[in-house]
Amino acid sequence: MPALAIRLRSVVKRYGEIVAVDGLDLDVPEGTCVGLLGPNGAGKSTTMRMLTAQTIADSGELEVLGFTLPRESKQARALCGVVPQMDNLDTTLTVEQNLRVFAHLYRLGRNERREAIERALQVSNLTERRASKADELSGGMRRRLLIARALVHRPRLLLMDEPTVGLDPQVRQELWALIDQLRSEGTSILMSTHYIEEAQRLADTVTIMAHGSAVATGRPRELVVQHAGRDVLEVYGPPARLAEVEGEAVASGVRTRRTGTSVALLGIEGRDGELPEGVRRSANLEDVFVLLTGEEVA
Amino acid sequence: MSRRPNNRLGRLERSAIQGVLVREITNFGSFWRSTTFASTVDPTIYLLAFGFGFGTLVSRVGELDYVEFVGTGIVATAVLFSSVFPAMFGTFVKYQYQRTYDAILAAPVDTEELVTGEALWIAMRAGTYGNVPLLVAMVFGLDPSLGMLLVPFIAFIAGFGWACFGIMIAGLLKSIDNFNYVTSTVITPTFLVAGTFFPLSGLPDWAQVLGNVNPLHHCVELVRHAAFGWDPSHDAGHLAALVAFAIVMWRLAIRALERKLIN
Repeated sequence: MPALAIRLRSVVKRYGEIVAVDGLDLDVPEGTCVGLLGPNGAGKSTTMRMLTAQTIADSGELEVLGFTLPRESKQARALCGVVPQMDNLDTTLTVEQNLRVFAHLYRLGRNERREAIERALQVSNLTERRASKADELSGGMRRRLLIARALVHRPRLLLMDEPTVGLDPQVRQELWALIDQLRSEGTSILMSTHYIEEAQRLADTVTIMAHGSAVATGRPRELVVQHAGRDVLEVYGPPARLAEVEGEAVASGVRTRRTGTSVALLGIEGRDGELPEGVRRSANLEDVFVLLTGEEVA
Repeated sequence: MSRRPNNRLGRLERSAIQGVLVREITNFGSFWRSTTFASTVDPTIYLLAFGFGFGTLVSRVGELDYVEFVGTGIVATAVLFSSVFPAMFGTFVKYQYQRTYDAILAAPVDTEELVTGEALWIAMRAGTYGNVPLLVAMVFGLDPSLGMLLVPFIAFIAGFGWACFGIMIAGLLKSIDNFNYVTSTVITPTFLVAGTFFPLSGLPDWAQVLGNVNPLHHCVELVRHAAFGWDPSHDAGHLAALVAFAIVMWRLAIRALERKLIN
């Protein structure tokens, strides 16, 4: 049993009548990247905030790097790096100044700071922009700076809340490469995202959240096989035809999901004769996601 | 892992407060010119307006020339303005718009340390800019005195209290527009009824009572006594009032911001 960087058990957080997190269990084994996947409003951001004690759980057990939250949260925070969903750089400061401020906030000694800043600049590929003010940077560079800022003290655990939200596909791929590199260097990572491809590419294990609790946990490929089978058939047609296909499939025990323009019949391997015309493809994590979190997003 | 082993992680740690200060000082590098300009020009205008305006009508207040009276009084105004407004607006902008506090509190810094660091920094600025009116008044005939060397410390303590008041207001109010209510009902009366431009002794009894609970009045009195001669029996009381104001506001500011930031 490997040590756990994060261990949550039966965590509950209410805001008045609304239950944002409802009995969540979550493990992040040390040295792995865990993707927290779920639709908007599933409780991902609340969970991320609880891990730095900026939100206090109503009940349940929370441990980060062996420290019990919220009591020992400060010790845990000293060893964590946080990449927020919303850009909160100091915009009138340069790249280097932004990093230096965080080298102080994370208590690096005088002798360590210079080296730490150089390393963070290098990892995020911002060395040549060190003297640029943060608001002169492109969206992708600002994101890289946010990540660099979270890495300046070499955290053991990196918490990333929707790290690539709102970015171009090219920029997103660039960040994926950076995150993948960190993981390969042994940093534990918890990353919330609602981009399925992101979770599929980066995460060793994925926890799918819906309505505040974990509905499935496992390796992306295993989750796909377990919930959506191996092959999927997408049937296209007018809405009436789709409803008909859906009805027939359900009657014969095949699970389906809507994709908007088609009906996807899941787990159709070994059912060749009885199927309507359609396009065959492999099952993917998106099928699992929609199946488990519901077709309609509240 | 590069961390000094004897770093105790408790309450009000120096390294956490220092981190908050470093952030503020670094940011100050990008706007100190405008702040310094305003902090120098404002008291000059007050001195000219009141000095030459009222000065022709009122030549003396008690034993002081009017320019001596106003020149020392405006120190308190400068302290108030250079602490309460940056605290109110700065705090609100940093948590609501820039989300700076989310980032700071994700680091090993607690709300208590954040508030303390922010208030200390504003108090240092108030302790510096609070001296400008004295320097300006010297140009208009105020005689320097040894006691004036204590004015930065008086301004620092008063500035700390008002900075915490401003942080508390920012923590309590939901919208930056509502700051107008506080400015009109608290800050304007505070700076007018403090014995700055006219002595409290001429006011009706009820206003004198209000003036005496006004922390700014205690600041005004201490600064005048520092400049023109101490009054030991009263000055201990004035100092105690300022320190008490600072401590109470400090705790209230921490509580208000904690409610806002930790939920």
